[in-house]
Amino acid sequence: MSWKFDDGTPIYLQIAERIRTQIASGELPPGGKIPTVREIAETAGVNPNTVQRALSELESSALVASERGNGGRFVNDNPDILNKLNHDLARGATVDYIARMRKLGFDKAALTNYLTEFKEEK
Amino acid sequence: MAILETVGLTKAYGKKKIALDDVSLNIESGKIIGLCGPNGSGKTTLIKLAAGLLTPTAGSITIDGMNIGPDTKAVVSYLPDKTFVPEYMKVFAIIDFFREFYADFDMNAAYEMLKRLDIDGSETFKTLSKGTQEKVQLVLIMSRKAKLYLLDEPIGGVDPAARDYILNTIISNYNADSSVIISTHLISDIENTLDEVIFIKYGKLFLHSTSDEIRETHGMSVDAYFREVFKC
Repeated sequence: MSWKFDDGTPIYLQIAERIRTQIASGELPPGGKIPTVREIAETAGVNPNTVQRALSELESSALVASERGNGGRFVNDNPDILNKLNHDLARGATVDYIARMRKLGFDKAALTNYLTEFKEEK
Repeated sequence: MAILETVGLTKAYGKKKIALDDVSLNIESGKIIGLCGPNGSGKTTLIKLAAGLLTPTAGSITIDGMNIGPDTKAVVSYLPDKTFVPEYMKVFAIIDFFREFYADFDMNAAYEMLKRLDIDGSETFKTLSKGTQEKVQLVLIMSRKAKLYLLDEPIGGVDPAARDYILNTIISNYNADSSVIISTHLISDIENTLDEVIFIKYGKLFLHSTSDEIRETHGMSVDAYFREVFKC
């Protein structure tokens, strides 16, 4: 089953985002091996060149490191970089949450209230 | 390195009908390219010129640096838009036939694909359903280790599950030395697998760009952009 992509955003950015989320959630652990371009291309149902571009994007932000010689790629295990990733993603999610609440007409006090009062529903 | 290059390529049928008008294109190896345009825009004409079934009225076309002829046909795997195999033959016999015909034909790949698509090779081609016939023909074409694959409407008649498998076959078959040109108007089904897109409009080249560029510049999918450009 291939991945779902949104219209209007380049696919390589969406793949990079997805891998970023996998790293943050621990699905791809620190120091863990990243699947090959071909493997990702086949699961995602996209072109290998697109995956290559997504991985280069992650390499340039140092989240992914390539091993010299064999072409394998790994999740960077540097805690600073991983903390920054978690921070960035958490910030992004918070911004989304606030934007949605604002749209619904809630002010800051109300949305903080919702957060503290919120109980996980079983 | 350019795998397919056309300069001012023009094809006219008779005096009045210009099917392809002054098309200059450069397609590199290692790409999957979507050739898109409405019915009658010249997609099949362009593919037939590359396959050597038609000769240009004006302009030139080369594949891997060679003029179209036996040398290019040996490296081009072409899926026509109409049935091209002898219908009275059994599927296995057709595969044998292909192996004798093409030096780059990989028997094992063909058998593997038939198995995955659940096709019984001992059946006679003409007794198969339309979709299964299309699958068999695509199996034959993709079992070659060619440099350029020309697929003219490869997924029109097959079910969505087989469509996924076929696209996956194209992706997994991908290598840096070969390119795949897929003509289609079912863009949304294949756009995620494309590197580049070519739009042709009334025989003229309208656009040749990467699919991510289209998303970036126009903020919409290739399919949505196509619908806008070719709005009736």
